[in-house]
This record gives sequence, structure tokens and C-alpha cells, in this order.
Amino acid sequence: MRREILQRLVLLVVTLLGVLTITFLLTHVLPGSPVEIMLGHQPTADQIEAARHRLGLDLPLWDQYARYLWAIGHGELGQSFLTNRPVLADIRERLMATVELTVLAMMLVILLGVPIGVLSAVRANAPTDHVVRSLTVAGVALPGFMVAMLLQMVFYGRLQWLPLQGRMTSAVLLDHPFPPATGLFLVDTLLAGDLTAFADAARHLVLPVATLTLANLPLVARTTRNLMAEVLTEDHIRTAFAYGLKRRDIYFRYALKATLIPLLTVIGLTFGYLLGGAVVAEYVFDWPGIGGYVVRAITQSDYPAAVGVTVFLASAYVTINLVIDLLYHVVDPRLRAS
Amino acid sequence: MTGDVVSLAATPRTGPSIRARAAYFAAGNVLFLLGAALLMTVVLAAFLAPVLAPYDPTAINFVDRLQPPSLRHLMGTTELGGDIFSQVLYGARTSLFVGALVVCVALALGVPMGLLAGYLGGAVDTGLMRIADIFLAFPPLLLPIAITAALGTGIVNAAIALAVSWFPWYARIVRGAVMRVCAELYVPAARAMGVSSLRIMLRHCLPNALGPVIVQGSLDFGYAILAAASLSFIGIGAQPPTPEWGLMAAMSRTHFIDDWWTVGFPGLAMFVTVLAVNLVGDGLRDLLDPKNEAGV
Repeated sequence: MRREILQRLVLLVVTLLGVLTITFLLTHVLPGSPVEIMLGHQPTADQIEAARHRLGLDLPLWDQYARYLWAIGHGELGQSFLTNRPVLADIRERLMATVELTVLAMMLVILLGVPIGVLSAVRANAPTDHVVRSLTVAGVALPGFMVAMLLQMVFYGRLQWLPLQGRMTSAVLLDHPFPPATGLFLVDTLLAGDLTAFADAARHLVLPVATLTLANLPLVARTTRNLMAEVLTEDHIRTAFAYGLKRRDIYFRYALKATLIPLLTVIGLTFGYLLGGAVVAEYVFDWPGIGGYVVRAITQSDYPAAVGVTVFLASAYVTINLVIDLLYHVVDPRLRAS
Repeated sequence: MTGDVVSLAATPRTGPSIRARAAYFAAGNVLFLLGAALLMTVVLAAFLAPVLAPYDPTAINFVDRLQPPSLRHLMGTTELGGDIFSQVLYGARTSLFVGALVVCVALALGVPMGLLAGYLGGAVDTGLMRIADIFLAFPPLLLPIAITAALGTGIVNAAIALAVSWFPWYARIVRGAVMRVCAELYVPAARAMGVSSLRIMLRHCLPNALGPVIVQGSLDFGYAILAAASLSFIGIGAQPPTPEWGLMAAMSRTHFIDDWWTVGFPGLAMFVTVLAVNLVGDGLRDLLDPKNEAGV
């Protein structure tokens, strides 16, 4: 087990090095110079040269690469051109907004997707199953931003139940200040005991979380259904039925357990899709997280910020998948023995 | 193929008639047929866009701006007075082109990589698969965004970025299939007979990998359309005045709450197209690759 973990860690480092290299190549080798953008309107040749020198862009490529790795190895992600602050500070400020969004969506995806999939498999080829399967096929045919706009049109435009975008109403934020304990507004407002602020934060979360959940629910429901349907045909399940065990026990204690490993893989993938989806969802809902931040950084050529967030998100994704790989050993006794 | 090989085509059929078999296929594949029909409609609409479109999709006409759907403008007009029906028709061309381009480039990169890794094994396999892993280490959509930004905005660059981000999936699929095939006795037998490696790869390994690759490709065709639309939506894919569904949605952002048709029809077009592609893809999966139904 320890050997396994060590192997995976080495692999993780190699992968991260690859991620850093690709990100470096994308920003340093391909055309498009950040310097002109940084300096604004029509800089002189001297100004450009000075800026290039200051940023180290006139050095040989391998030298730049070494400096880049060195800096990132020391947690230095540089300064954002747009905000003029260290990228790491920007990420730290926005990270929890994204975490609040993605974690809530992840919980909903699992809490809804797995039971829906089980139900569909148990009722295989019955009307319930057909409805679920049709919805999952239809659900993946709509991009996240369309779902988001549809929700905005209905719940903000028609019904006027929910706010259009943002994380808090600014008036509420002014009247109900709360200390930033965790950065998760739902938790912070509760800790401050301020129910008005809590309700406002919750209302702002509904549409973005719903967008991310709807976009990722089909994959998890569908995978659960197919895995479950396969397990249900196996001998040990038939035996369980023959013994007259309770149906609920058979489905959730015996059958679902057997699907856990592939299901974990899918949940790991879903986490990546959530991070990717958050990029678009935060853009649509003007959510102050790192997804919207990276889009702005990339579209406005704020390249230290773009590199920083890309590397950060990729590292997070790789680490989560490593944890999931290691969870296999917890879940599957056969792997533990070997 | 000469000599006394029995020609199957010449054997008289004794089973049910062709019509009965077609009916049987249709009954079991209603969704596949529905998808195929929808897809045909979209392809036709794309090809016939210049004939069908009542207006120039890029035309600007401030007199007719933001008209709701009517007989004159079947899907209404945009903020600039462009005819949405015409734009949706031309948008089908853009989206189908993007889907095809992404899948073709991803195949061109991934299939040779998977063939080499699966056939040669050893260090080559490890090396190539580590490279593939690096591309898969980025959260989906983040790498395409970064590559598009580096290449420069535009729908072709967006398509290339998506292909470069997705080709490792094809490499993995092909590699798996090739390794399965190489374990079969006829591969060492062919090698013992002096068949060259290249020929073994192309004649024995590749055909066996085609089923899953076709399935993956058909599903990716739909995802590529969605992902490219997302890139256009955040402003780094198609640029105006290119008619593109994601871009149309983005352009409607300031007023779509009141003027639902500006985003509704491009959205509907995207939904119908991708749904059709996915139904066809699912049908192909059942046909070619029944074992992979779990989709993992």
C-alpha cells in the first residue's frame, strides 16, 4: 500500500511537470506578446524592450523555463496585469466562492444521480427507466451556458423568484456585514447568526448550483444505471433474492457496493467537469470565483493570472483524482490484500 | 479471393424478407432512426442554407431590430436587426464543420499514437501514455480555453484546441483494442510468417479498434459542437459576424430576459443537433460495441 502511494506520488509529480511544461509552451512559445497588452496604447520600442527585460522575456527559452519552474516551485505565480496584485492573492480571495459552488453541486449530483440511476436500473425497461434514460440523453445535449440562461429567463425574468447574478445583493452586504471566517458565505452568515444575509447568499446560489448540477447529473445517473443493471444480473444478487432479503438491502447494500469503483472514477471525472463547468457558469452568473477570473485573464491576455489559475486548477484536479485512486484501496478489499 | 470460396452473396436467403427485417430493425432502434432523421435534416439545412435562408445572415437592419418571431422573420431578429432564422441555418454549417474538424484532427493524432503504444508496448507505451495523461490532467474545457487563447481567437483555432485536448481519449481506446488483438494467436502467427509490423498494425490491429473509435467519435462530434459553442460564448471562439449558435447566445446576453427568441432558437438548434448526434452515437454503440454499454 505504501509502495503504491509512493508510486502514485512520483507519477503525480511527473504529470504536474508535464502540465507546467504545456502551460509554459502555450504562453511563451506561441505568438502573441503580453508586453504590448501590459503597456497599453502604442508603447515605444524602448518601452517594450525595457518591459521585456524586466519580465525576463529577452532571456533564452530554457532560462525562462528554469526561472518559471523555480518560481512556481516556490509558490510564486507572479503579478496579475489586470489587478496588479499577486496572482496567488487573487486566487485565495476567489477560491472559496468556487468551492462553495462546486461542492454544493457535487453533493447534489451524487445525492440525486446515484438514487436516480439505481431506480432506473431496478425498474429496467419499465416506464420509469425510459423516462430517466430519455432525460439523461436529452440532458447532455444542452450546453451549460444555455441551461444557465434558461434558468435566468424563467426564475428571474418570468417568476422573479431569484436574483439574476452575483453572490450577494450589495445592499444586503452593506447592511449585514459578517466576518469572513471560512469564505463560504453560507457558513459565514450562519456563524454570524445573520439569517437575512444567509437567505440572500442562498438565493444567489440556487441558479448557479442548479446549472452545474443539471449539466452533470445525466452522466452520473446514466453510469450508475448501467453499472447497476449489470450487477443485478449476477449470481450473488439472484442468491440474495432467493434468500428473501429485503429489496432495499439488496439494492443499496449489495448491488450498489459492487458498482463503487467504476462509479468513483466517474465521480472523479465529474469533479473535473464541474471545475470546467464552473468556468462557464461563473462567467454567466458573474460569480466572483476563479472560473470567471481565468476567463477574464485569458480573454484579456493577463497571462500570469491565466498561467497561475490554469496550473492551480490542473493541480487540484490531479490531486483529487489521486485521492480517488487511493480510495479504490479502501473500497476494494481485493486491492488491499495484494 | 478466387477459387472455391463459397460466395455468401450468391446463397439464396431463407430467412425473413428484407421488409420484415427492416421493420424488425426499426422497431428495436426507434431512437436511432429518429436521431438519424433529425441529423439528416440538420445536414440538409446546413447544405441548403444559401437557398433556404430568406436574408443575408450578416445583414444589419436597424429598422427591424429585436422583432419577435413573425411570418417575415420566422425566428425574430437580433439587436442589430439580423434575421435569426437565416443565422440559425448558417450556424448549422459552422457547427457541423467544427464537429467534423475536431473529430478528424483528434483521430489523426490519437489513432497513430494508440497503435504505436499498443503494438510496441514497453517504454514506448509508457512514454506515450504518460504524455496522454498530462493532457487529461487538465480539467475539461480549461485546456481548450488556454490553447485557444494561445493560438488566437477564432472558430478554427477553437476546434484545433478541442482536438488537441481530446486526442488522448482516442489514443487510449486504440491502445486498449490493439493490446487485446495482439494477445490473439493470429498476430504472432502473422509475424512468424514474416508479415511486416506496419502491415500487422494496419490490417489486424486497426480494424479491430475501429468499432469503439467510431462510437467515441460520433459522441465526441456532439460534445465538440457544445464545447466550441461554449468557447464562442465566452468570447474566444467564433467572432462576429460568423454565424455561430454559441456566439448568438453571447450576443443576446444584455437583453435575452425580455427577448427570449434571441437565445431560444440558437439554443433549440444546438439541442436538436446534439441530441440527434447522440442518438445516432448510442445506436452505433449498441450495434458495434455492445460490451461498452456502461460508458466507463
